[in-house]
Amino acid sequence: MPDRREVAAVFAGGAVGALCRALLGEAYPAATPGWPWVTFGVNIVGAFLLGYFATRLQERLPLSSYRRPLLGTGLCGGLTTFSTMQVELLTMIDTRHYGLAISYATTSVAGGYAAIHLATAMVRRVRVQVRV
Amino acid sequence: MTVLVWLGVVLIGGAGSVLRFAVDGAISSRTHRSFPYGTLVVNLSGAVLLGLVTGLALSHDAALLAGTAAVGSYTTFSTWMFESQRLAEDRQVPSLAVNIVGSLVAGVAAAALGRLVGSHL
Repeated sequence: MPDRREVAAVFAGGAVGALCRALLGEAYPAATPGWPWVTFGVNIVGAFLLGYFATRLQERLPLSSYRRPLLGTGLCGGLTTFSTMQVELLTMIDTRHYGLAISYATTSVAGGYAAIHLATAMVRRVRVQVRV
Repeated sequence: MTVLVWLGVVLIGGAGSVLRFAVDGAISSRTHRSFPYGTLVVNLSGAVLLGLVTGLALSHDAALLAGTAAVGSYTTFSTWMFESQRLAEDRQVPSLAVNIVGSLVAGVAAAALGRLVGSHL
């Protein structure tokens, strides 16, 4: 059983992440057919933040029981979304915008992966400098 | 758009993340650690659910609460990418390929299935 503080941290982080994503979605509704900028943006930014937080918390900072659930599982998990991306891809395929679907899928994956990689490398480089 | 709807987004968004935390934990503790099954189960089940919500053709506010807040918060792109990058660091190339390509193909299929069911309800 996870402790209550951990669950509360996931809840708080997830609430803030979901609110930010929903506010952006309402402010900038996606044009169909078009590039889903809000989903794409929150996903790449959230991936970068998770790469940063998770690497720092795992490899650099002392063990903490609530930071990872608050910032990683909660905030980044709530800010980013897989399901919306899949429904957007489905809509693009339905409307025969195959090129858009392929470029959206590959750019999201490549961008998300690169964001994690970059954030991880940044944290690790800082650690090496501190040790030297 | 009322304050109540946004309060709902906050509470439901938090609950969606807690549900992901619980499902991921339950799946991960029962499966081999070499593959991120927990996130895969969360994301595919969430794709079915969001497809379902889409198929139901709800009002704007209801779709915001059920789709964007609940299911959107339940699924995660960041953890999916994080686990993929760590699989690559560990040179688990077949697992990496399955995690990325499998999630995308099964995710779109799951969303289509959910929408089909939702449009018949």
